[in-house]
Amino acid sequence: MSGKIEVLTPGPFATIQDLGRPGLANLGVGRSGAADRSSLRLGNRLLGNPEDTAAIEATLGGLVVRFSEPALVALTGAACGIQVGGRAAGMYAPIQVRAGDQLRLSPPATGLRTYLAVRGGVDVAPVLHSRATDTLAQLGPPALSAGMTLPVGDRVAGYPVVDLAPQAPFPDELTLRVTAGPRLDWFIPGTWDVLTSGAHEVTANVDRVGVRLAGPVLRRRAEGELPPEACVPGALQVPPSGMTILFLADHPVTGGYPVIAVVDDAGIDLAAQARPGQRIRFTS
Amino acid sequence: VIRVLPYGDRAALVDLDRPEQVLGLHAALDDEPPSGTVEMVPAARTLLIQFDPGRTSFERLSAEITRHSVADDVQRLGPEVEVPVRYDGADLGEVARETGLTEVEVIRRHAGTTYAGTTYTVAFCGFAPGFGYLTGLDPALQLPRRATPRTRVPPGAVAIAGEYTAVYPRESPGGWRLIGSTGLTMWDVHRHPPNLLVPGTRVRFVERAG
Repeated sequence: MSGKIEVLTPGPFATIQDLGRPGLANLGVGRSGAADRSSLRLGNRLLGNPEDTAAIEATLGGLVVRFSEPALVALTGAACGIQVGGRAAGMYAPIQVRAGDQLRLSPPATGLRTYLAVRGGVDVAPVLHSRATDTLAQLGPPALSAGMTLPVGDRVAGYPVVDLAPQAPFPDELTLRVTAGPRLDWFIPGTWDVLTSGAHEVTANVDRVGVRLAGPVLRRRAEGELPPEACVPGALQVPPSGMTILFLADHPVTGGYPVIAVVDDAGIDLAAQARPGQRIRFTS
Repeated sequence: VIRVLPYGDRAALVDLDRPEQVLGLHAALDDEPPSGTVEMVPAARTLLIQFDPGRTSFERLSAEITRHSVADDVQRLGPEVEVPVRYDGADLGEVARETGLTEVEVIRRHAGTTYAGTTYTVAFCGFAPGFGYLTGLDPALQLPRRATPRTRVPPGAVAIAGEYTAVYPRESPGGWRLIGSTGLTMWDVHRHPPNLLVPGTRVRFVERAG
């Protein structure tokens, strides 16, 4: 395949993502990659691509692209209305695109991030072996903008074998399992119960670095700063303001605020689909 | 005594007292990684160990880690890098005023070997890709960060903050006190590793005339 994807409009925000740069945190390089890794993997599987192949991560839909050549694509993650060459198409299934077709995404009714995978992958130049845009570290390709042209690669693992992979809709209120973080003892007794009893609201301050939450105040025993220590995706870090941040793919490699709890690995992809105004409950 | 703290369902944080213990334990575990280890990330006083919960557990990993005595883990000496510096940083005068030293004295205390007569050591990386935190800064030069960070610090800026000194690897915002600059390429994505200063690297700053 030698086709190109022309970006007509990126929508609110769109980047290219794969599974990132694992193993380089000791050099100050975070993993980054798809915020909702399972949706990226599913899109690639539907097309017969290796699971870590680069795709487009669109935020709140709005993406419009044009294909120069025939292509096979799939959309996963937050369910958008899809128009391909003027026809309606469905989520979670391979879609045949003709040369010159435009593909348009309307905003999703639930969820935040939609993945547009293409058979063969998005073939921009890798940086440190990954095509992911790390928005915090400013590594990898730039965010998508109108007029950008993305080559389609030839990275395939086999032939598509699945016609449809139906997904459960995202719940209105997310329940995420947490386990203790390293600095639970920085908080006053009973804080674990405060964290796991009330609902936390997703604020408007949501990006690939993390989800800032408003909710029950998590009170520290004492003020003071922690010497920098490594962060992980899913970590719930509590700055002095008490506004907890749930770290996602582009989290800083090290941070100076205490981590009270960590969302289980399985919950991180769901957290990456949380929209402003939605409520999250943490359960132990 | 090594304290091992739980960090979610697939990581442990080893809490130590001194930066050299972090480097020592990291080196020892690098030689013989506990089974199921996925990635290790050193920081100021801690070593994060991410593990595959299908292959080990927090309890088993903790037991393997605490078998090490940090006192016995002699820090292996990393490569030595000489960093030529022009001490022309925008904050040099301010650093001199706030420390009560002359600019010449600030430079003398930063350049060459550390106050303890050793080289600086890259303790860990963080903040930005390739940004190494170097330990060994003279206590007389230890000042807090600037009250207002700069929106743009050029690559190669030599800076100090708290107990650390660093060289900015790429252009970025920054709140450290700028005392000089180097022409060395600190960060290059086409080099492996991209950082000139990786954890364990020993560094000697050498004054170059403007």
